[in-house]
Amino acid sequence: MADFQTPLFREFPAAPNTLVAGATEHLSPFIAKPNHNQQLGFPGELVENWEQKAVAKLGELVSKSRGLRVFLDACVKCGSCTDKCHYYQGTSDPKNMPVARQDLLRSVYRRYYTVAGKYFPQLVGARDMSREVLDEWYSYYHQCSQCRRCSVFCPYGIDTAEISMAAREIMDSVGHGQKYCNEILGKVQTIGNNLGLPGPALKATLEEFEEEMQDDTGLDIKLPIDQEGADILLITPSADFFAEPHIDGLMGYAKVFHEAGVSWTLSSYAAEAANFSMFIGSYENMKVVAERIRKAAIDLKVKRIIVGECGHAWRVAYSFWNTLAGIGSGGDDPYAKQLQQQLDHSYPIPQHICEFTHDLMQRGKLRFDKSANDHRVLTFHDSCNVARASRMGDKPGGQFDIPRALLRAACNNFVDMDPDTIREKTFCCGGGGGLLTDDLMEIRVKGALPRMEALQEVVENHGVTNLAAICAICKAQFAKVLPYYKFGMDMIVSTHQVIGDALVLTGSNQEQALQGEAEAAE
Amino acid sequence: MTVLYALLFYVATITLVGGLAWRIWQYATTPAPLKIPTTPAPTTRGGVALRMTREVVLFESLFKSNKWIWLFGWAFHFGLLLVLIRHLRYFVAEMPSWLVFIQPFGKYAAFAMLLGLAGLWARRLLVDRIRYITNPSDHLMLGLLILIGMSGAGMSFVAHTDIVAVKLFFLGLLRFDLQPLPLDPLLLIHLLLVAGLMIIFPFSKLLHAPGVFFSPTRNQVDNPRERRHLARWAAQLDKS
Repeated sequence: MADFQTPLFREFPAAPNTLVAGATEHLSPFIAKPNHNQQLGFPGELVENWEQKAVAKLGELVSKSRGLRVFLDACVKCGSCTDKCHYYQGTSDPKNMPVARQDLLRSVYRRYYTVAGKYFPQLVGARDMSREVLDEWYSYYHQCSQCRRCSVFCPYGIDTAEISMAAREIMDSVGHGQKYCNEILGKVQTIGNNLGLPGPALKATLEEFEEEMQDDTGLDIKLPIDQEGADILLITPSADFFAEPHIDGLMGYAKVFHEAGVSWTLSSYAAEAANFSMFIGSYENMKVVAERIRKAAIDLKVKRIIVGECGHAWRVAYSFWNTLAGIGSGGDDPYAKQLQQQLDHSYPIPQHICEFTHDLMQRGKLRFDKSANDHRVLTFHDSCNVARASRMGDKPGGQFDIPRALLRAACNNFVDMDPDTIREKTFCCGGGGGLLTDDLMEIRVKGALPRMEALQEVVENHGVTNLAAICAICKAQFAKVLPYYKFGMDMIVSTHQVIGDALVLTGSNQEQALQGEAEAAE
Repeated sequence: MTVLYALLFYVATITLVGGLAWRIWQYATTPAPLKIPTTPAPTTRGGVALRMTREVVLFESLFKSNKWIWLFGWAFHFGLLLVLIRHLRYFVAEMPSWLVFIQPFGKYAAFAMLLGLAGLWARRLLVDRIRYITNPSDHLMLGLLILIGMSGAGMSFVAHTDIVAVKLFFLGLLRFDLQPLPLDPLLLIHLLLVAGLMIIFPFSKLLHAPGVFFSPTRNQVDNPRERRHLARWAAQLDKS
């Protein structure tokens, strides 16, 4: 299957591994081709004097980001984060300890931007920028999924994600980009989605799904696209249009919208919730991609914007859209107002699909036949960006409680995994942060170890059959790595798939069957 | 010697205060382009103040992470705090009653401080993960703090120095009226190391002290949907 060993489940996952120096130094993703870089405004190939330019870019980023400046200065090397990273746990490579990963960049910052590093480099571990450093950055900053688990445990809140984003931005700025992220960003900026799926193909796909739902329910459930004047614009990851189990999640959203009786639409111009610009730390590119959604919302004259199941996309939408493109509330500048005056602020903007469904459920608008999910024992995987970089609902922690409330409403058998592996302490699936590419399969499989161990425990003790997620990357990653750990690839399901399966739609075949059963029972 | 130490302390104070002011000004004026609180995060400013207080007083995140580091780290910091408060006696002519009350606590807190430092140093040497991330400066910093603690505790518990003269010396410094410093070797070592620590503070990892208050993952309010957060340089990019 591969030229590496899938890690074995550890007897005591909580005990830190013994270090194995250089265990994954051979891992690096493919380098971007010149046109991938250039379409994002980066030099095509490694530029002349790249050492000086990289150092200058580092200085620029530090001057533009308080977080980066504080994070580079404040670390005391206490060791709190050292055993928290799933890639460290899966590889034992010391450079996958969060603080050691940060130090790859911090050592250069100290050399050029601190008094101690300028005059006593050896004393404080400061290093000159060199080819060796660049290669190390390229390797180990692409073994970070920017999941922020380390930041939860740092006494100063140092977030390795911010440092890995900065490192990738510096590498892009000197022409040393990553193929996977940059190629995909090119597609979303020219065609409108990560897949490069043109509008007509998208429409044909949606029609197929409509037929499938018709066969299943007997109802005419629509997946509308480019409907000007619809109330709701749905922005969802393009994986929902072609990948399993994502498609089933998409049909789940459609069923909820249908039952709610709301008017909604997709956009072929902005058929993508994902925004990989976050992974490469590029504010400018992140804004360009977010502005496609702004434009789609303005053009289609919608009043609400709802986001489908996607982890980093929900972070960008919830935390950054208002900043980047004025998609939110409370803006008082002309740029923000242009869109915000059109939107209906009695709903959260943007709203997560789980918030939307949960709100309907709270108001008693949805009926569930839990027995439709009796063939499943479910557990829930908190996606890192939803868990540690966003919220759902009014209260902190709603991002944990709302998806669980939905699943519990839709099934009879739900169990949580080990408390140290869920909610704010959740382990990344191993494929986030721009690592979901075949050239990084080894680190993806190894990084999944802690999650797989927690899953194994509930499979053994509670007979769990399925893992529900709310993230396109998690779903794709699990479908791929579950078999490495001897689980079935179809164990992973979409949360709205589970909801869609149990939802009793008015006038559907399922409703009639249920009524038949009830009458037969009488 | 008195003049030398007087000069040393003036330089150290200027460096510490000036250096920290400069770093704090830098942290305060560097924009935070995006909302990045580590969630779940408070949704109000009051909630953030509470979160920050728990972080600074109780080391909440560290407690969640590793009980040993928390125990040693907290013992050291809390001990140091009491010791520092106790030292205020050398800078006020008349001691207020609470300062008198705290004296014995501050005296024995030196042991908590030293024990914490020893524990942290032991982990740095014995735990392979922490040994790996340690630079020479990290050992030096621990050594410096331990020597300061030991020389200070030595004067409290073993070989007393003339604290009345020490007090006059420091009050004299405050009034720019030099008074003789006792030539006690333990005292001279203690003061030399303290001045050294003051001088390196703004250039070292001790910046974690002001830094934590500026850490956006801890000090930001979780309200990005309700308020538009915009950095100065980022606002330039809006073209409507």
